Amino acid sequence: MAAAAEARVHAEVHRESFWTRYVFSQDHKVIGLQYLLTSLFMALVGGALAMVFRTQLAWPQAGVLKADQYLAAVSMHGTIMIFFVLTPALLGGFANFLVPLKIGARDMAFPFVNMLSYWVFALSIVPLVASFFVPGGPLNAGWTAYPPLSALPQAAPGSGLGQTLWLLSIAIFCVSSLLGSLNYITTILVMRTRGMSLLRMPLTVWGIFVAAVLALLTFPVLMAAGILLLFDRLAGTSFFVPAGLVVGGQVIQHTGGNPLLWQHLFWFFGHPEVYIVILPPMGIVSDVIANFARKPVFGYPAMVASMLAIGILSFLVWGHHMFVSGMHPLLGTGFAVTTLLIAVPSAVKTFNWLATLWRGKLYYSTAMLFALGFVSLFVAGGLTGIHLGNAPVDIPLHDTYYVVGHFHLVMGTAAVFGIFAGIYFWFPKMFGRLLDEGLGRVHFWLTLVGVYGTFFPMYYLGMAGMHRRIYDYRAFPFLSHLQPLQVFITLSAFLIFAGGLVLAYNMLRSLAAGRPADPNPWRGTTLEWSTKSPPPHHNWHGEVPEVYRGPYEYSVPGASQDYLPQWEPQPAGVRAGH
Amino acid sequence: MEATPQAPSPLEETQRSGLALGLVVWVFSLLGVLGALYARWAWTPHSVTVEGASIQHLFDVILAIILVAFVLVHLLLGYFIVRYRARGSESALYFPHHTALEVTYTAVPAVVMVALSVAGILLWSRVHAAPPPDAFVVEVRGEQFGWSARYPGPDGKLGRVDNRIQRPFNVDPEDPAGRDDVTSPEIYLVVNRPNRILLRTRDVQHSFWVPAFRLKKDLLPGATTELVLTPTQRGEFDLACAELCGVGHYTMAGKVRVVTQQEFDRWLRQQGRR
Ligand code: HEM
Ligand SMILES: [Cu+2]
Ligand SMILES: [Cu+2]
Repeated sequence: MAAAAEARVHAEVHRESFWTRYVFSQDHKVIGLQYLLTSLFMALVGGALAMVFRTQLAWPQAGVLKADQYLAAVSMHGTIMIFFVLTPALLGGFANFLVPLKIGARDMAFPFVNMLSYWVFALSIVPLVASFFVPGGPLNAGWTAYPPLSALPQAAPGSGLGQTLWLLSIAIFCVSSLLGSLNYITTILVMRTRGMSLLRMPLTVWGIFVAAVLALLTFPVLMAAGILLLFDRLAGTSFFVPAGLVVGGQVIQHTGGNPLLWQHLFWFFGHPEVYIVILPPMGIVSDVIANFARKPVFGYPAMVASMLAIGILSFLVWGHHMFVSGMHPLLGTGFAVTTLLIAVPSAVKTFNWLATLWRGKLYYSTAMLFALGFVSLFVAGGLTGIHLGNAPVDIPLHDTYYVVGHFHLVMGTAAVFGIFAGIYFWFPKMFGRLLDEGLGRVHFWLTLVGVYGTFFPMYYLGMAGMHRRIYDYRAFPFLSHLQPLQVFITLSAFLIFAGGLVLAYNMLRSLAAGRPADPNPWRGTTLEWSTKSPPPHHNWHGEVPEVYRGPYEYSVPGASQDYLPQWEPQPAGVRAGH
Repeated sequence: MEATPQAPSPLEETQRSGLALGLVVWVFSLLGVLGALYARWAWTPHSVTVEGASIQHLFDVILAIILVAFVLVHLLLGYFIVRYRARGSESALYFPHHTALEVTYTAVPAVVMVALSVAGILLWSRVHAAPPPDAFVVEVRGEQFGWSARYPGPDGKLGRVDNRIQRPFNVDPEDPAGRDDVTSPEIYLVVNRPNRILLRTRDVQHSFWVPAFRLKKDLLPGATTELVLTPTQRGEFDLACAELCGVGHYTMAGKVRVVTQQEFDRWLRQQGRR
């Protein structure tokens, strides 16, 4: 039986050409790596943009950018980081690579759709990049693209063709995201191996599952909003543009639209989106901490429950981005309450990570360092959510650097730390070779010092009242004395970028000459460690393993080694796991 | 299925000392807190409105709570990192659950959040309470890229406007209420009485942001929004546009002048005479 399966697998491998194997592959592992590597490349692009506009902010007198270029740079930076780095690296890269391996499936439920989702994603990058080369340049309106600024070509240079291309790109991206989410949800629900009950799934899979549900339900809303905005721009409709505007001396002919409608639709997507990119890292970090603390994740059921609670609540809080937008104040009351409630499951997760570390046996691999950094950053960024979610307190903070600091710590860098932890952890599984730990530590320290130096002081700028998206703050007397802090922030940001280059070098070097990895280099318990590194086509030679226990049975009393893999039948003398 | 590997694991070879990281966790959190206190003390503008002062007070209460939480978490995190590094054959504690502990640390944040929600809602409704009918009224208009103001004349009423009308401030000449309106690039507010600021934009979103008031409000195309506040101090305060409005967004700096009623009345009479 096993031999027959192996022969079948081999036969299939041999039938494949270079094109079907590496380019138009339907193998979830190849697709996952395509997603991950594309995202990392886009991270370099988005990061380079940030280096340039941070230079502008630190030394405005030098004028490295013009005002419209500055706006184009920040808008594209935000867009790239959220849509083309965090989302596809997690609900694309890690989701594809890990889900079948961790739940014991040979591939995704719909391999062809899976391939399509990657190529639609690749296609969505084309208009985005093209917008750099059109007259007027890329969009100027920020990643949130509020109309009428984004609806009227007269309103800004980037509101011409650049804005249209942006909308096109986002709409295509939404399609790719739908194809992906459907696949993850179906695969997780129906393709789990024998014994893999829902409550035996590793938290990474849970994070991906909840994130995929959020993506499935919210990306269509963004897509609809984007298409309506395209109609306003190209077909003369007025969904978002009210009557009686005069822009650049020109009377605008639209009538009857409402710009708040865009904000509602955008944030109905936008808030769940921030959880789409943080839930999978929460799972990754839980896996990594358990592994390198040699301890079960503390309170596993509570971890799952808090993910579900976060997922549900995240649909009910979008208005906290609109407290001062002019929406009815009564709505602000409701959104403030739901927003503050979401801090509770977030707190539970943090305490559970701490409790997992308590009396553990901690090994500081690079993956573990990044996972610990994640916990710190999540707290540093999440706590100020309590300021922002409290509607009246948000009034002076909204649209200032306080918010910029908040979301870069809690979403931007925390999610990136989760991704880095995942890369160091699973690189041996992906490529059969380990990343270099020495270079890894260099990468970690540059990044940690860099992100704290960059984003924490942004809170201070926000307290001083510095508002967002300004090209040159010297016109504002209350800001001009803060230039030394701007320089400090920019220099710190350079460290982060340098760290990214170290990672890139480490990956290239290790691909070629890294230390070969055995199937289970970190002595982990979950199913991906039961097969070769890298796994063969269809993941396991022979039978798919059966699952006998929960995902985190580390240091079980009485066991002969400090981990009991999910796939090993019960050894004598050990009490049962879950 | 692959056999469990027995070769030495890279796990065994990872770095063992958590001292550097533990110390850095402590030092960073300490620096972060000191910086926050300094920024609050030295850089945060002192509020010059009644509403702003209440907001700032709630901000401070929450700041105290989150700084304590931030420090506690980082003290523990740093301590665990230093203390529980892998040593010899000592093994980790198998400790997957502890119901009482979990209930406690769900309930405590929940109680704190409910209390803060209540405080927040009460303040929010005070800030948004309807202005008294005798409030000082001014309309502030934003456009790409500048600010201007309009004051009701002796009739106490602002006339109708329509952006498409080519007159100063687009005031409709058909509306008698608008005949005596006074328009000016200068924004005046009156100290120690409720001021009702009507906000209007000609083009895209802007946001009326006066850091020293601790208040802001967006200007919404197609609608009039408003901000009600009571200034407590005379003086000239920086105004900025806080909502991205195009290439000149960074140039939308202005001033708001808070004056006494007499000063304002004198100014208004002079405007009428000109
Ligand atoms: C502790 C729970 C949290 C609370 C109470 C909270 C609250 C808020 C509030 C009220 C805002 C709007 C502030 C404003 O624009 O004036 C905000 C902005 C934001 N938050 Fe959070 N947040 C929390 C956690 C998170 C998490 C976990 C993420 C992401 C993983 C996140 C990502 C963001 C982003 C991206 C923005 C700003 C988007 C933009 O304006 O460009 N937040 N948060
Ligand atoms: Cu949100
Ligand atoms: Cu502006």
